[in-house]
Parts: sequence; C-alpha cells; structure tokens
Amino acid sequence: MNRKTLITLKTLTWIACLSPFALLVYQAITNTLGPDPTSTIALTTGYNTLLMLILSLAVTPLRLLSPRLSWLIKFRRLLGLFAFFYASIHLATYVALYANFNLSVFTTDITKRRFIIAGFCAYLLLLPLAATSTTWAIRRLGGKRWNRLHKLVYFAAICGIIHYWWQVKPGVLSPMNLTITLCVLLLARPVLSFIQKRRTQRAVSV
Amino acid sequence: MLIRKPSDIPSSEITSPESYTQFLSRRRFLRNAIAGGAAAGAAIAGADRLADVFAPRIHALADDTKLQTVKSPLTTTGEQLTSFQDITHYNNYYEFGVQKDQPAENAGVLPTRPWTVKVDGKVKQPKTFDIEALLKLRPLEDRVYRHRCVEAWSMVIPWVGYSLSEFINQCDPLPSAKFVQFLSYYDKHVEKWTSESNIDWPYTEGLRMDEAMHPLTLLTFGLYGQVLPNQDGAPVRIVVPWKYGFKSAKSIVTVRFLDKMPPTTWNEQNPNEYGFYSNVNPNHDHPRWSQKTERRIGLPLFQQRRTTLMFNGYGDQVASLYNGMNLNKNY
Repeated sequence: MNRKTLITLKTLTWIACLSPFALLVYQAITNTLGPDPTSTIALTTGYNTLLMLILSLAVTPLRLLSPRLSWLIKFRRLLGLFAFFYASIHLATYVALYANFNLSVFTTDITKRRFIIAGFCAYLLLLPLAATSTTWAIRRLGGKRWNRLHKLVYFAAICGIIHYWWQVKPGVLSPMNLTITLCVLLLARPVLSFIQKRRTQRAVSV
Repeated sequence: MLIRKPSDIPSSEITSPESYTQFLSRRRFLRNAIAGGAAAGAAIAGADRLADVFAPRIHALADDTKLQTVKSPLTTTGEQLTSFQDITHYNNYYEFGVQKDQPAENAGVLPTRPWTVKVDGKVKQPKTFDIEALLKLRPLEDRVYRHRCVEAWSMVIPWVGYSLSEFINQCDPLPSAKFVQFLSYYDKHVEKWTSESNIDWPYTEGLRMDEAMHPLTLLTFGLYGQVLPNQDGAPVRIVVPWKYGFKSAKSIVTVRFLDKMPPTTWNEQNPNEYGFYSNVNPNHDHPRWSQKTERRIGLPLFQQRRTTLMFNGYGDQVASLYNGMNLNKNY
C-alpha cells in the first residue's frame, strides 16, 4: 500500500472513531442528549469502547486469513487507543455523573457491585496497554515481552463484555451481538493458526 | 361549548401546550404518512379523508385525545413536571423493544380499540368491562405523581385516572381474595419485539389487596389531560407511585383476584433483584446499583442527581401498610 492511500485511510479511521465523541459534544452543547443525558453518555462511550476493542481484535484474524491484508496492522494501535479514549470518558462519566465525585459511593460500588468491579477491571487491564503503546515502549520492552503483556487485551475485552451483561436486566439480550463477535474473533486465532501450520507443514513435506 | 374560568382549568392542561402540539403533529404525520402511501399526490383534504379509511384507529385517537378531568386532593404538589416529550419518548415497554426510544417508535401498532378488561379469580362472578364503560365509571382526576424507576431514574407525571379501589369495588371480590394480579396485553404477532428478550410473556404484576385498595393506587387512562399514548400503556394501566415503575403494569387486559401471591414478571426473571413488594427504598440497594439517589429525567447534566425518598416521598400515606414488616427482607 502506498503512502497516500495509507494517510487517507488513517484519516478516515480517525474521523470514524472520533465521530461518536463529536456527536456527544455537539449534543451536549445543543442540549439534545435526550431525556436522560447521563445514561446517553454512559451507554454511548461504553458501547464504543467495546466496539473499538473488538475491531482491534479483528486485525490479527483478518491478517491470518490472507497475507494481502497484512497492512491492517497499521490500524490496530489506533483502534486500541480509541477504545482506551472512550473507556476513559466512560469512567469519568461514572465518577462525575453517577458517583457525583463522592468517594464513599465509589468504595461501596467497587466492593459490592459486580458489574462495576468487572468494568473497573477491564479499565485497569487497558491502562498498561495504553501506557506501552508507543514505538519507544515496544523497543524498550522488546517485541516478545511487549506481545506477552498485550495479551491482556483479551481479558480486558472479556471483562468489558461481562460488565455489559451484568449491567442490563436479566433477559435483555442487547450485548449478544458484541459477545458473539468477540467469541468468533477469539476462537478464530487458534483455528486459523492451526490451519496455517498444517499448510506450511504440507508445503515443507512436499 | 363550556367556557371555563382559568382557575377551573387543571394545571396539567396549561403546562405543556407545545408538547401537546408535538403529540398532535406526530399523529398527523402518521396519518398523512399512511394516507400518502395509499394515494401519493392526493390533496391534503383528500389525504385526510383517505386516512379515515386506511387508519380509522389513529384518526379516532387524534380527534379524541382530550379527557374531561377534575382536580384531586391526592395530587403531588411542588414538583416541576417532566415534559410530555420525555414522558412519551423515554419508556420501558419491552414488548415494543428494550431501548428507551423504541416504544415511541413501535407502540403505534397496539390496537387500543376495541378493548375489554376481564375480571376473574376470587370474585362473586367473572365480568368483562369495556374500556368505554371504565372511562365513565368515575370522574377522571388529574393526579401528579413522582415516578421512580428501579433503574434509578425518575420523572414527575400528571396522570389521569381514578383510584383503583373504585374499580375493585365494582368487581365484587370474595373475602378470600388477598392479592390482585394484572396481566398486560400480549400478542407476539403485534408485539414482535418480545422475541428480542428472554422473558416469559405476557407481562404480569400484582399487589396485595390493601395496596391495591389504597387511594393513591391509580387506574390510569391518560396523562397531561389526554388519553395515554400507546407507549405509556394505553388504553388503561396501573400506577402505584410509592413502588418502582415496573410494578405499574401497562395495557391491562385481565385483573385477577387470588388467595395467594401471584407470580410477577421481574421477580420471576431474578428474585434477588426484584422483590414482590418493590417499594421505593433508598436503604435497600439493588444488588447491582445503589438506590440512594436517582436521576431526574429532563434536567441538565449536572442537575440530574437527587436523593431518593423512602416510599418515593409517599411514606406519610403508605408506610402504615408495612408496619411490622422487615423491608430489607420484603424488598
């Protein structure tokens, strides 16, 4: 892929990833966040965190499908950092609009409420990943160690999905689509690498 | 035509004329959309008449939305009303979708006429009431109530109706009737969104007999001085202002008197989270979130949060119903 296409695609990705945030800002300014602005912000940022996290997890399986898709790796960090960006606003929404900056509310929630524990775990797991997202950090850690550390993203995504299921009322199935997508992406890794191994083995034996 | 002095006009009729226009224009839009589809290019007058043929139900509602109401001493004072727009576009009515804005979009298909309410169980004789008869049974009162959802948001709604006790007295329940169960309308072909959630339909709720007979418990036909919009539980619903919103079943088709506690939808879904009583209680948290505070719908971001009141602020009237009961066990 040439430089020009890459820049265009990156710009488009930036616009796409920022648009939910831009829309929220616009709605906040024009006072059109709907009847329940607090939950609009919480739901939008939470959903986009999971969406972008799952999109970033789609990069590796897609690359395994075809070597022609290898350029997708250039977008993974961007998607991951945007997931962290939305997770941070999501957490800030909780602190400001749900806990009302009240520490005792936060301590009760974090010790008693499993859906908040799951969400907070997901955020804590994302922190070191965001912190080591720079090229400098990758060099400093070394590819192998960096890779191992970044396996945490699987657990972050799983915690995030659990957080979503535990938040909705029993019987409500809205988290289903994201859950199925995540499962497929997580299962695709071992399956695709197994197929690839077979292929290379066959190529060697022939 | 009766010209009333300003003091005779209930506050609910004055508060939100702009939202009333919005409501009407939505109806008009629906009507015209249907007519437009049937006869594209027809003149507006013609389209309106065609609409009568293709959508008589919507037309009947559009012309018949105003309700004749009287004042009530049981109304809640000192609260700023939630707008008609928010009351009708932020709904939990899962039969029409689980997102809050879905019922407003989808509930138009609910056939509110003809409508009957069946009464059975522990009664002298099972009966069926027509909705028109129910509307005329007692004078319709304007009753402003706080509405507190178990999800920790709240509204202030000017309902229209009369005490459920007035209706129960017409049902001749037997002395053995200790509970009353409400069953909501259910037709999976009409409410096709029910398949999107894993819930046993029809929706059902219940009250202890003394709760049902309490004068605050309202058999509700309207809000803001007009008939209930479908998404708010048309044509007739229950409103129990000291309990979480889900206790107030919508679009009632059956009222059943029982000698034992009936199963209720959310309690069946998860008994740890939703008890039979479900009184608003800031001291008993939902397992997943605190019930100490709530968000008032329609207020700006940083003004939404407020303290939740015991029995939603109706403790003076209803606390005695629960004397001697452990409300942390009977949540």
